[in-house]
Amino acid sequence: MRPVLRPLSMSAATPTLPAPPATVGRRLATFLFRRPKLQVGLLLAAPLTWLVLAYLGSLAALFVAAFWRLDPFTSEIVHDYGLQNFRTIVEGDVYRTIAFRTIGIAAAVTVADMVIAFPIAYYMAKVASPRVRGLLIVAVLMPLWSSYLVKVYAWRVILQEEGILNWVLSPFNLSGPGFGNVATWLVFTYLWLPFMILPLYAGLERIPRSLLEASSDLGAGGWLTFRRVVLPLAFPAAVAGSIFTFSLTLGDYITPTLVSSTQFIGNVVYVNVGVANNLPFAAAFATVPVLVMVVYLALAKRLGAFDSL
Amino acid sequence: MVESRLARYGLRLATGATLAFIYAPLIVIALYAFNERRTQTWPIKGWTLDWFGKALDNPGVREALLTSLKAAAGATALALVLGTLASLAVQRYRFFGRETVSFLVILPLALPGIVTGMALNSTFGEVLGIQLGLFTVIVGHATFCIVVVYNNVLARLRRVVRSIEEASMDLGADTWQTFRYVTLPATRTALLAGALLAFALSFDEVIVTTFTAGAQQTLPIWIFTNLSRPNQLPIVNVVAVLVILLSFIPVYFAQKLSQESAGGVPAAGGAR
Repeated sequence: MRPVLRPLSMSAATPTLPAPPATVGRRLATFLFRRPKLQVGLLLAAPLTWLVLAYLGSLAALFVAAFWRLDPFTSEIVHDYGLQNFRTIVEGDVYRTIAFRTIGIAAAVTVADMVIAFPIAYYMAKVASPRVRGLLIVAVLMPLWSSYLVKVYAWRVILQEEGILNWVLSPFNLSGPGFGNVATWLVFTYLWLPFMILPLYAGLERIPRSLLEASSDLGAGGWLTFRRVVLPLAFPAAVAGSIFTFSLTLGDYITPTLVSSTQFIGNVVYVNVGVANNLPFAAAFATVPVLVMVVYLALAKRLGAFDSL
Repeated sequence: MVESRLARYGLRLATGATLAFIYAPLIVIALYAFNERRTQTWPIKGWTLDWFGKALDNPGVREALLTSLKAAAGATALALVLGTLASLAVQRYRFFGRETVSFLVILPLALPGIVTGMALNSTFGEVLGIQLGLFTVIVGHATFCIVVVYNNVLARLRRVVRSIEEASMDLGADTWQTFRYVTLPATRTALLAGALLAFALSFDEVIVTTFTAGAQQTLPIWIFTNLSRPNQLPIVNVVAVLVILLSFIPVYFAQKLSQESAGGVPAAGGAR
């Protein structure tokens, strides 16, 4: 907007500021001022070079590598294109089982996290005082991204044969799950819980209090209000959270390594790239979680999850 | 009040239980750091502070800690510059492909770490022929740290009204002066919060690091390699406590900063 300048009714001797010295910086600033497109270009040059060339370029190269193959005798990568890696994945029972196991655990983790996250998210959004709410946000946020490996290690110590869990359960004649699929599910559920709590909290906070009151004024009990008002409105937020619980589980190989001996997609990829040196196969198998996530994201978009991110 | 008394009690109980669930494993591991014995059996029979001294004297731990700090500092610095530039462009201008920039920035964090790690690994090794080491770790970490800075600064820029920048220009300041004296002070806490989160994220990362570190060991990688050596476990416990503290503290302060100046959750990557 261009302000309308009016001559102020001042004395004729209005002091004028001296013109700023025409330094190089100043001249450059004047030059750029009239060229907004050049400004955007300069601002984006470095980040886009980085992300497009370094990152997207690497991803594309990896995808191309998925169509190469490994010579079985020399263990050298042969650069002729074919679908043999993908055929192995689709036709081999082992890889199909591993893929379905990973996706199944990811789904189970997502459901468990939704169930556990809902009460605390609701408490934070609708019941707690502002001070308590602030404290709870910090308490949930702090472990969000910190000490991932330490947390998995802690669970390894807890779940082991002579660990604290078996010690707690032994008076009841029970024992913990030990290492295996249940342990993997439990640890994943633990690890990604904050990723579900925070979007769910944000979603619940956006529901106006008056809607809940209206429902209750119209005669709905707590349960009915929950089922017919809160749940439908919070659903997109839960889907938003599930994007994280799902995608993080699909790509992980550290947790299964530490608390289980069964294979997950991440393990297969890791072993192929790190030990067997079969980059083409690893790249091909890594497209499975990426494809699953693309489908999942498309579904989530239809359910309106992106508006609550 | 919509929730019944019973419901409120239930919610409070569930909240307490969830918090206990979140923090119990961390407390358990912190207790083991004071365990006198080398074995990890529960209950702990005797207590000692010896392992802390031994851990700090351990050359492997010291070197890994130094590498981790260097990597996190480098990645944070790069992410600060790149994330701020991108957020300024996206918030202050309208241009073709604006939505794509936001998507591109989030991608390294949204895709499984193993994909990012593998892609960078083969680019460094086979395409560019760079020796894996501290430099490649910093590049890898910066790639997924950009989004943290970007989201924080973007959220702040949305609230800083454009007109104060225009006022500064009208008063004769040029582009650089306006940035230095108006935009930068207004976004300072967001930059700091973003930097702290990026630091914590980098300090803690395992998967991308595995693929980009070569022979270098960061602290998490040191933990991972030493987990299979029962003799080293007492020292691993101490390092674990160290890692918890060193990554909780930045996140705590980042949160404080965002709450004071904005009253909200810091934009934690995609999670918000």
